[in-house]
Amino acid sequence: MILAVLTVAGTAATMGLRNAVHCVLALTLGFTGVAMLYLQLGAQFVGFTQILVYIGAVAILAVFAIMMTHNDQPMDLPDSHSAWVAGCIVAVAVFAVLARAIVSSATTPQSQPQPAASVQQIGDALMHRFVLPLEIMGVLLTAALIGAVVIAMDRREEMK
Amino acid sequence: MSSLQSYLILSSLLFSIGLAGALTRRNAILVLIGIELMLNAANLNFIAFWRYGPNPEALTGIMFTIFSISIAAAEAAVGLSIILAAYRHSRTTNLDQMNSLKG
Amino acid sequence: MTWIVPYLWLVPALPMLAAGISALLGRRSRATAAALAIGSMAISFLLSLGALIHVLTSHGGDRIFTFNFRWFQFGNEWLKLGWVLDPLTAVMLVMVTFVGLLIFLYSIGYMAHDDNFTRFFCFLALFAGAMLGVVIANSLLLLFMCWEIVGLTSYLLIGFWYHKPEAAAAAKKAFIVTRIGDLGFLLGMVWLYAQSGTLLFFDSGVGCLESSSLTHLVAHTTILGLTVSSAIGILIFCGAAGKSGQVPLHVWLPDAMEGPTPVSALIHAATMVAAGVFLIARIYPLMAAGAPLMSAYAGSLSPTIALQVVTWVGAITALFGALIAVAQFDIKRILAYSTISQLGYMMMGLGVGGVAVGMFHLITHAFFKSLLFLGAGSVIHGCAGEQDIRRMGGLHKHMRITFYTYTAGMLALCGFPLFFSGFWSKDDILRSALTWSVSRAPFYMGAFGALLTAFYMTRQVFYVFGGNNRLVATSHDDPALAAHFEDPHHHAAHHRHESPAVMTVPLVILAAFAILLGFIGTPAWPWFQSFLDGTHTTFAFSAFSGLNVLPVMASSSLLVFCGLGLGWALYGHRPIQSSQAPDALGAIQPSIFSFLSHAFYVDDLYRATLIRLNTWLSKLCDWFDRWVWNGAVQTISYFVVGIAHLDNFFDAAVVNSGFDEGCQGVSRGGQILSLLQGGQVQSYMRIIGCALIVLVLYLLWGAKI
Repeated sequence: MILAVLTVAGTAATMGLRNAVHCVLALTLGFTGVAMLYLQLGAQFVGFTQILVYIGAVAILAVFAIMMTHNDQPMDLPDSHSAWVAGCIVAVAVFAVLARAIVSSATTPQSQPQPAASVQQIGDALMHRFVLPLEIMGVLLTAALIGAVVIAMDRREEMK
Repeated sequence: MSSLQSYLILSSLLFSIGLAGALTRRNAILVLIGIELMLNAANLNFIAFWRYGPNPEALTGIMFTIFSISIAAAEAAVGLSIILAAYRHSRTTNLDQMNSLKG
Repeated sequence: MTWIVPYLWLVPALPMLAAGISALLGRRSRATAAALAIGSMAISFLLSLGALIHVLTSHGGDRIFTFNFRWFQFGNEWLKLGWVLDPLTAVMLVMVTFVGLLIFLYSIGYMAHDDNFTRFFCFLALFAGAMLGVVIANSLLLLFMCWEIVGLTSYLLIGFWYHKPEAAAAAKKAFIVTRIGDLGFLLGMVWLYAQSGTLLFFDSGVGCLESSSLTHLVAHTTILGLTVSSAIGILIFCGAAGKSGQVPLHVWLPDAMEGPTPVSALIHAATMVAAGVFLIARIYPLMAAGAPLMSAYAGSLSPTIALQVVTWVGAITALFGALIAVAQFDIKRILAYSTISQLGYMMMGLGVGGVAVGMFHLITHAFFKSLLFLGAGSVIHGCAGEQDIRRMGGLHKHMRITFYTYTAGMLALCGFPLFFSGFWSKDDILRSALTWSVSRAPFYMGAFGALLTAFYMTRQVFYVFGGNNRLVATSHDDPALAAHFEDPHHHAAHHRHESPAVMTVPLVILAAFAILLGFIGTPAWPWFQSFLDGTHTTFAFSAFSGLNVLPVMASSSLLVFCGLGLGWALYGHRPIQSSQAPDALGAIQPSIFSFLSHAFYVDDLYRATLIRLNTWLSKLCDWFDRWVWNGAVQTISYFVVGIAHLDNFFDAAVVNSGFDEGCQGVSRGGQILSLLQGGQVQSYMRIIGCALIVLVLYLLWGAKI
C-alpha cells in the first residue's frame, strides 16, 4: 500500500507541477515506485529492467529534451480552464469505467504460490520461445536509433 | 477485493493520471511523459496478471513486459527527437500553437 | 401527225411561258413582250392546225385521242390529269388561237400609247394559255384549274386601268359573280368524282363521259326524280352560267366593258364567255344521258332535265339581252348585251339541238362579235375615247374600212340571209327549237330575239356611222386613259381618221371569215356538224328540201328584214341631229324604254338585297372577330402573363431563398464541424478517450445484457 501511495503521489506530481524539470524528477520517483511494485509482485528482472531503462534512460532523455528546448523556466498550466477541465473529466471518466469493470468482474482465488522467475528461465525463454520477438526488437531499436538521429540532426550540418 | 483487483485498480489509476496529464499539459514533452506513464500502467497490469493469473510458468507476462519497456524506450527516443525538430522549426513546444493541421 | 397528241400540252404552255417571261420584263420592253405573246400564239396556232389535220385525217372508229398521266397519289388512288384531242377540241383550238392572234396584232395598235403595254401583253398571253388549257383538258379538275386562271386573268384585264374606280369595281364584280357560279361547278365536280371515281373524260373506257360510267350515273336518282347525271349536269351548268353570262348571273358582263376594247373582244365576246358553252358541249354526254325514248319521232329522244334547264335559261337570256340592248347608249354596252343574248342562243342551241348546233353558232359568233368589238375599238380610238353613241356620227366618211367591216359583222350578227355566217348558224338553232319536243316557247323567244337583234344593231350603226358629226371634245379624269387616248396624232374632236393598218388588217380578215365561215355549215353541206358528230356527209342541194329547212330560212329572213326596216325607219330615215336629242324609240314609249335602259333594274335589285346581306354578314363577322376571338386571345395572354409573374415570384422568393438557406445551412454546418479539426492534438486525444469510454461501457453492459 505504501508503495502504491508513493507511486500515485509521484505520478500525480509529475502531471501537476509547473516546472518541467520538477515534473521529470517526480516522474523518476513514480518510476521507482513502479519498480518496487514489480519487485513486490515477484518480477525481479522486470523491476531492475524498469529502473535501468526508464529511470536511467527515458527520464534522462526527457531532461535532455527539456534542457534543449529551453523549457526549464517555469510555465503556466494550460491556458484555458475549459480544456484542462475537459481533459480531467475525460480521465476521471475513464478511470471510473475501468474501476467499475474491474470491481464487478469475477475474482480469482486469493493465495497463489509465488511463481519462480529466475533470470536463467527468462533467458531461456528469450532464446527459445521468444527468439523472434527478440530479434525484431533488435531491428526496431536500431531503426528507432537511426530515425531519432536523422530527425533530430541539425540540417545545416548536412548542407555544408 | 482481491490483490489482483487492487493491483488492477492501481494500474488504472496510474493510467488515468497519465491520461489526464497527456490531455491537459501544454508542453509537448510532458505529454510524452504522460504517455510513458500510461505505458507503465499497462506493464503493471501485465505483471499483476502474470502473478495472479492462471499460467505463470509460461513467463508470458514477463516477456511481454520486457518487450514493452524496450519499445517504450525506443518510442520515447523517437518522439523526443521529433519534438526537437519541431522546436527548431517553430521555436516553441507549446502544443496549442502547433495547430497547422487544423481543418 | 400522231406525234401531235403527246405534245398538245405545248399549245397552252407556250403562251403561259410567254406570260411568265413578260412578267419579268420591265415597262420598257414593249416590243419584247408583244413579240413573245404574238410569237407564242402563232406557234400555238400552227400546232392547232396540225391537231385539226390529225383529226381530219383519221378516219373511222374512235376519233378521240387522249394522253393521260398520273399527277399525285392520295391513299390508294391516283389523281390523273390529261388532255384530249377530238373534233370539238380541234375546232375550238383553231378558233381560239386564230382569233387570239388577230386580236393580239390589233392590240399593238390599240395600246400603243398606253404606259402599261408590257403588262397588257403579259396578261393577254396568260389568258390565252389558260383558255387553251380549258379547251384541251381531259380532266374536269384540270379544266376547273384553267377555268379559274381564266377568271383571274379576266379580273386582271377588266381592271387593267385600276386607278379608275369603276374599272376596279367592275373587275371585282366579274370575279365574284363568276365565283358564285363556280360554286355550283365545284359541287358538281365533287359529286361526279364521288359517283364515278374519276374526273377524266375519256380514259379508255373508264372515263366519266364514257358509257360505263354514264350508265352508272343514270341508274341512280336523287331529289325531285332527277337522275344523278342530270343533277351533276345542272350543277356544272351553274358554273357555265356564271362564265357565260346567263340570267341571273349576267350582271358582270356589261360592267366588264370598263376594260380595254381588245380585252372585251377577246375575252368577253369570243373566248372566255364561250368557255361556258364549250364546257356544256364537253360534258354533253353527261347531260344527255338517260333520256327516255319517245315514240313520236323515230330516233328522237325526249331531253333530260339538265338539257331542259339549259334550254330554258338560254332562251330567257337570249330574249333578255336583246331587250336591254335596244335601250343602251354606250357602244360597248350594246355589244355586251348583244353578247349575252347570243350566248343565250348558244345555250339554247346546245339544249335543243346538241353539240354541233351550239358549237357552230359559237364559232361564227366568235368571229363576228370580235370583229364588232374591234371595230368599236377602232371607232373609240378614232373618236379619242368617246363611247357614247349619241356623241358620234358621220364616221362612214372618215373611217371607211372600219365602216365596211363593221357593217359586215353587224349583218352577220343579225343573220342576214344567205351570205353571212350568222344566218346559217342561227337558222340551225331555230330549226332545232321548232321541233323541240317539250315546248315551242323557246322558238318564239328566239325568233323575237332575232328581230330585236336586227333592230338594235341597225340602230347602233345609224347612230355611230350615219348622220352628221356630233362629236364634242371630252376630257378624261383618269390620267392613264387620257394618256392612252390623246396623243399628237389625234387632235381630238375635229380631226378623225382611220385607224392604223395594224388595227384594220385584223378587221378585214375577221370580216372575211364572218362571211365565209357560214358556208361550212349549211344544210346543203353540213360539214361542220358532221365533223363534230362523226357522220359522213356529202354536198347536196337536195337537203334544202329537208324537214323545216326552207320554212325556217324564210321566216328568219323575214324577221331580219323587219328588224332592219324598223331600225331604218326610226333611226336612218331621219338622221339624228344632235347628241341631246332623245332616242326615237324612247320618244314613243318612254317608260318601257327607261325600264330597258336600266337593264330591268336587276343590278339595283341585287344591290338592295344580296349586297346588303353580305355587308351585314361581314359586319357581324368583324364584330365577332374583334370581341370574341380577340377577347379570347387576350384573356389567354393575360393568363399566361399572370402565370409568368407568379412563376417569377416563386422563383425569387421560394426557390432562391430556399437554395440560399440551404447553402447557408451547409456552410454553418461546415463551420461547426471544422471546430472538430482544431489542429489541437490534445483535443483529438480527448475525443479518443471519450470513444474509449463509450466502447468499454458498451462492452461491459452489452455483455451483461
